[in-house]
Amino acid sequence: MITNSRSSGADGMEMAINTRDLNLWYGTFQALFDINLQIKKGIITSLIGPSGCGKSTFLRSVDRINERLGYVRITGSVDVFNHNIYAQDVELAQLRKQVGMVFQRPNPLPISIRENILFGYRIHHEKGGKVSKGEADGIVEEALRQVLLWDQVKDRLDQKATMGLSLEEMQKLCIARLLPVKPSILLMDEPCSALDPKGTAAVEELIWELRGRYSILIVTHNMAQARRASEECIFMLMGRVVEHSPTDRLFVTPRHKETADYIEGRYG
Amino acid sequence: MFAAAPINLKNREIQQRFQWLFGVMLIFLIIPVVVILGMLLIKGWPAMSWSFIFDDPKNGMTAGGIFPALFGTIWLVIVSLLASVPLGVAAAIYLSEYAPDNMLTRLINLATINLAGVPSIVHALFGVGAFVSFFKFGTSILAASLTLAIMTLPVVIVSSWESLQSVPRSFREACWNMGATRWQTIWNVVLPNAFTGILTGVILQVSRAAGETAPIMFTGAAMFLPFLPNSVFDQTMALALHLFVVATQVPDVPESLPFGVALVLVGIVLLMNTVAIWIRMHLRGKKKW
Repeated sequence: MITNSRSSGADGMEMAINTRDLNLWYGTFQALFDINLQIKKGIITSLIGPSGCGKSTFLRSVDRINERLGYVRITGSVDVFNHNIYAQDVELAQLRKQVGMVFQRPNPLPISIRENILFGYRIHHEKGGKVSKGEADGIVEEALRQVLLWDQVKDRLDQKATMGLSLEEMQKLCIARLLPVKPSILLMDEPCSALDPKGTAAVEELIWELRGRYSILIVTHNMAQARRASEECIFMLMGRVVEHSPTDRLFVTPRHKETADYIEGRYG
Repeated sequence: MFAAAPINLKNREIQQRFQWLFGVMLIFLIIPVVVILGMLLIKGWPAMSWSFIFDDPKNGMTAGGIFPALFGTIWLVIVSLLASVPLGVAAAIYLSEYAPDNMLTRLINLATINLAGVPSIVHALFGVGAFVSFFKFGTSILAASLTLAIMTLPVVIVSSWESLQSVPRSFREACWNMGATRWQTIWNVVLPNAFTGILTGVILQVSRAAGETAPIMFTGAAMFLPFLPNSVFDQTMALALHLFVVATQVPDVPESLPFGVALVLVGIVLLMNTVAIWIRMHLRGKKKW
């Protein structure tokens, strides 16, 4: 796992993600204000809110990919399974093994379907990523079966993943390639927004299927999706968390007026 | 209801005038190319033969072939590539993949682009100062090739940088988010996809290095040598300089001889450019992200 510096989440239960007073600035612009969130293990949590409310920024601070930008400053802490990921001795490669990211636009690598699945495994594997054929076949099949894609692509594993796959299949592949390194958390940044309704339904079904094995945090613009496909829901506004409750409750009896206004479509 | 109004007719007339203007400009551009190639072919073709290409110059360079010059040009180009390609591609990788986007990086980019515009005679003088005198390579293939390398380096860097930048950012993000290091990302994903672009840029620089006279005439190319170079520390003849010499410095040269040399030189350059274009078309065509 990642590092030391233990801290317990709410009720002593192990939390997938636990933030304390997380503030984040892009240069002089503050994007996140005092985020205190406890995101439970093994369930699907959705993040909703209008554009620019900080949903994606929050997501991207959980695998520390924001830092690539160079002008990002952070205070507070983010714990993943009780280990502070902003501690000095955190190895980013290990963090990203635990925490996988799925993007808005499916971005398979321009190599074969098979190699896409093996890519993550190879870069984290010793001996320069040399894997026996049998082992590789097993990894590829297991990952593709988990994302319900095996039957569609089993006869064309050597085909280039950037060609001949539908967006839905590409997005499933992008989820599948995270699995061989055994992540515990999957972050998804509007994973269905590039897909048609049928593709959306299929990917949602898949996400539901992965529940339990992985803790899933999904950013979405689509409130119906948040309602259908998540167990807890977080509503953010202007860089702050307004409400975090079980999805049913948030949509039926929101505690805050801003939440009610947003889910009724008064802004967003 | 849908008939042309006066304003449409006027707009159409203006549009046609501009179309004409640009078309005529294009023709002016093409004419010199056609005339040069035509003249070279007509006047130089009589000199063409296998012995012209594979023989030594004879009778004070008024007869015979051009083999030592052709041989020398190939040497110069190969040695200069050995220097400029690793250096240029490495610099481009650093600028594109590692360098933070700050003032210094932008300054370096600007300097690189400007360096590409430095006249070749200035590079020649730099070569004399740096390689011939300071590093004591003497007038030699090594000094001349390094001078050519310095001359072509900025364009190698810029074209490689552009090829690297044309690889979509989403591929890099995918890799980083799986925990790949920058190097793993570069080696597995960025370079394989930028390769054809880099190769094209390099080949275009080969043709430029083969055609330049100024950078080599003070640093390693000789007007006439009775023997072929044995090592990179020897001087050599070169096609571009040989053309200059037989065209202006040697009396009583048959007219077809300089045109023949020019034809071979232009032929090499065009051949290299065609290869570059072919690679670009052939490999780009296959590539769809």
